[in-house]
Order: sequence, then structure tokens, then C-alpha cells
Amino acid sequence: MNILNIIDEIEKIDGDLSERLNPRRKAMQAISGFGGKIALTALPFALGSMFKKAYGQTSTTAQVVEVLQFALTLEYLEAEFYTKGLSTATFTIPSEAARGALTTIRDHENAHVTFLKNTISSLNATPVSKPTFDFTAKGTFPTVFSNYDTFLAVSQAFEDTGVRAYKGQAGNLIGSNAVLTAALNIHSVEARHASHIRQMRKARGASVKPWITGNDSGIGASVQAIYNGEETDTQAGIKITGIGGLSISASAATEAFDEPLTKDQVLAIVTPFIV
Amino acid sequence: MENLKQTKDIAFLMDSEELQDATMKRRSFLKYTGASAAGLALLAAGCKKDRNDDMGIRLGEGDIGILNYAYALEQLEAAFYTRVAATPNTGLSSAEAALFVDIRDHEIAHREFFKAALGNKAIGNLEVDFSSINFTNRDSILSAAKAFEDLGVSAYNGAGRLIQSADYLLLAGKIVSVEARHAALIRDLISNGTFADTTVVNTNGLDLSRSPGQVLAIAKAYIKTEISLTGLPNY
Repeated sequence: MNILNIIDEIEKIDGDLSERLNPRRKAMQAISGFGGKIALTALPFALGSMFKKAYGQTSTTAQVVEVLQFALTLEYLEAEFYTKGLSTATFTIPSEAARGALTTIRDHENAHVTFLKNTISSLNATPVSKPTFDFTAKGTFPTVFSNYDTFLAVSQAFEDTGVRAYKGQAGNLIGSNAVLTAALNIHSVEARHASHIRQMRKARGASVKPWITGNDSGIGASVQAIYNGEETDTQAGIKITGIGGLSISASAATEAFDEPLTKDQVLAIVTPFIV
Repeated sequence: MENLKQTKDIAFLMDSEELQDATMKRRSFLKYTGASAAGLALLAAGCKKDRNDDMGIRLGEGDIGILNYAYALEQLEAAFYTRVAATPNTGLSSAEAALFVDIRDHEIAHREFFKAALGNKAIGNLEVDFSSINFTNRDSILSAAKAFEDLGVSAYNGAGRLIQSADYLLLAGKIVSVEARHAALIRDLISNGTFADTTVVNTNGLDLSRSPGQVLAIAKAYIKTEISLTGLPNY
């Protein structure tokens, strides 16, 4: 039996093996440990457990699926929101540029839904079904599909929530490289959306920037829970305002870092939108 | 039995501090092992991240390496926006210039944060090379800003999987979404509606991610200081 050839051969078939064995050094130390201390007959067992760790991820699959199901629910919400806004005949979108941007965002949210469903299925789990949504949030936004500014405000709220929600889940995906990277790649797309929606609102007179200043929503008290916590200017115990003796304002310090939300905080925010 | 001997050889090598620190040059490493074909294949695989990277400053290993990697990118961005803000005739409108000042301050905050967090593990100041950028031309400035912001987003997205500490992963997450907000704005200033177009977002709705090696290969066009990949987590 040639252990080294086995790894080499698998590398030829699976170019990502070295990534799956990440951190590589630990894997190699594992091999070295066997070589030095364990009889040759023990090698297949030890090697098997190493590959199981690389491919099976049995200990974390449930956790990963839970994160993906949570993300899927949020994507269902966003996808249906834009789909409905763009297809409501009585809802006037004032320009072709705006319609184009909203269509781009809608298509991304739909793609996220499909991607997450496929990923959940690939992990042998059943994707959660789409809830029934009430985009007025039980009457809080009665004009969501008749007043363009209300629509954009709810859009901003959803996008900023999405950014915070994905951020809060990243730590639960450590060790699952493919899923973590995909989640990060969705996370930054949501931030791009948020930036654009904020620019659209700014162009219509709202007092917002592409980034979040303090815990100011630029919308009102109805969405404050989405912005609470964004006012922190201390990261890992380091105060950012005036950092390094430089003239970094408190506003800039809060804008420079987006903050996470826990799953419970996010669920509390979206619950009014679910029937 | 030949294989067992190879395994023992590797065991010895893997236990050596030099190798773990990845400071041993590949050539002498291979000469030292005298390994046979099978062993060579594995060793080559094990060393491929380190090839030809013995020149330049070392960012460090593990999470320290990734933090210094981020620090390097933030130094680059902060230097760029500082230069824009210090240039009198950029061609940017006053509204655009104000947004650029905001972004400058965000990037300085990021840079100073990493510097403080790394303490005595922080790399020194990088020497930048902006000779390809015309700072009195709006299009040139926006084009460079777009390149930096999209690169930054892909860098943090791609580095996430290499970060071992959940705290550092969260910090990277806190920064990358701000970089994405910047990127979307800059893209819209160039052409409204391109905030997340198909050059950065694929058909699954996923943004780009790049490995540290890929990012530094692009970034080096703007950085005079040579940066080594040796020891840095990569893939």
C-alpha cells in the first residue's frame, strides 16, 4: 500500500483535496504522527478518518444546514418583495434606470433562493418552504406597493438586514469552506444592493449615504431594530474614533464597520412580514 | 517498506520547526529529503504554495498572516484615497469628492485598526506605486477606485475560509460589506446601475472571491514593496 501515492492520486482527481484537508499542516502532522508512532497496519484507519473529516464534515452538517435554511427564508422574503413590486401593475416605478436596478436585484435574490435550495439538497436536507409574506408588516407599511418611497425604504431595510444577518452566521460556517465562501459571496452582493438602494433613496431626498452612519436608519422608528448596534465605534477593544491620533470622526468610525445581528434578532425583525 | 521509510522521513521533516515555519527554501528542502518519486509528488504538493516567493516581506502565518494581508490591502486603499483627497483638481464633483473623503476615512480606520490589532506583529509601511493613475482625471480615479474596491471585496471573501478565529472572521465580515458598499457606489458613479453587474456577480448571484495569491498578483502593480507569499495561508 502506498499512502503517498493515494494522496497524490486523489489530488489528480480532486484538485481541491489540499483545500479539503485544510489546514494542510495539521493533516500533514497527522500523517507524520502515524509514520512515527503507529504501526503500518493502522494507517488505513487513520487515513480514512482524515478523509472523512475532509469530505464528510459530519459534525457540522446540521449546523451548516441550519444556517442555510435561515438564509433561504431571508432570500425568499427579498425575492418575493422585488418580484411583487416589479409585477404590480398599479405600482409606478419612476424611471427605466430604477426598474433596471430593481430587476438586477430581484434576479440576484431569485438566484440566491435557487442556489441555497440546491446547496441544502446537496447536504441531504429538505429546503424549508416559502412562508406567506405580508409586506405591509401587519400594517406598518400600508403603501409598500403603491408608494415608491415606501417601497425603497422597505428595500433598504431588507438589504441592510440581509447584510447583518449573513455576517452574524459566518462563524457557524468555519471549516465548511465551500459554504462559507458562498455565504460571504452572497453577503457582499447584499451590501452592493444596500449601497445602490441607499443611493436611490438619496436621489429622492432621503438623508442617507451608501453606508450606515451611527444607528441612523434614515427611515424612522419602525425599522430601528435593524440599525441598533451599528453605532459602536470600538472593534476588538480598539476605539476607532480618532484612532492613531488621526482625525477619524465618530461617524466615519461607525460607517467603516458594519455590525452583525444574531439569528434571533433577525427573526424578530422579519416576523412581522410573515403571516 | 520503502513507503514506510518515506513516511518516516516526512514525519521527521514535518516535525521540524523550519518546515513548519515555511522558512526553508524549497530547493534545499527537496535536496535535503532525497525523497523518491511518490514522496516528491506529495512534497511538491505540500510546497507549491511557497514556490518562488522567497523574496519580499513576510506577512506571517495563520491568522496573523491574514491580518497582515488585510493590513497591506488597507494601506494601499488608504494611500490611494488620501492622495485623491489631497489633489486639488481631480475632476470629481463636490458631492463625489465628499463621498471620497468618507471612503478615505473608512480605509484609514481599517488600516489603523489592523495596525493596532497586530501590534508588534504588524508589517511596516508599504511603498505604493500609483504611476498608472492620473489623479487629475476623474475617469482615471474612478477606474482605479473600482479596481481597488472590487479587489478588496474579492480578497476578504476569499480569505474568509483561511481565518481560524471566529472573532477575526467576523471582523473581516464587518469590513468587507463596507468595501462592497464602496464598490457599488464607485461603479454607479462610473455608470449608474453597474453596482453588481455580471463582471462581479455570477449567475448564482455570488460575488467574486480570490485567494491571497491571486489578489497579491493583481495588487503588486500598485505596490513597490515586494510581498512574499511564504507562510501565508493560501490556496
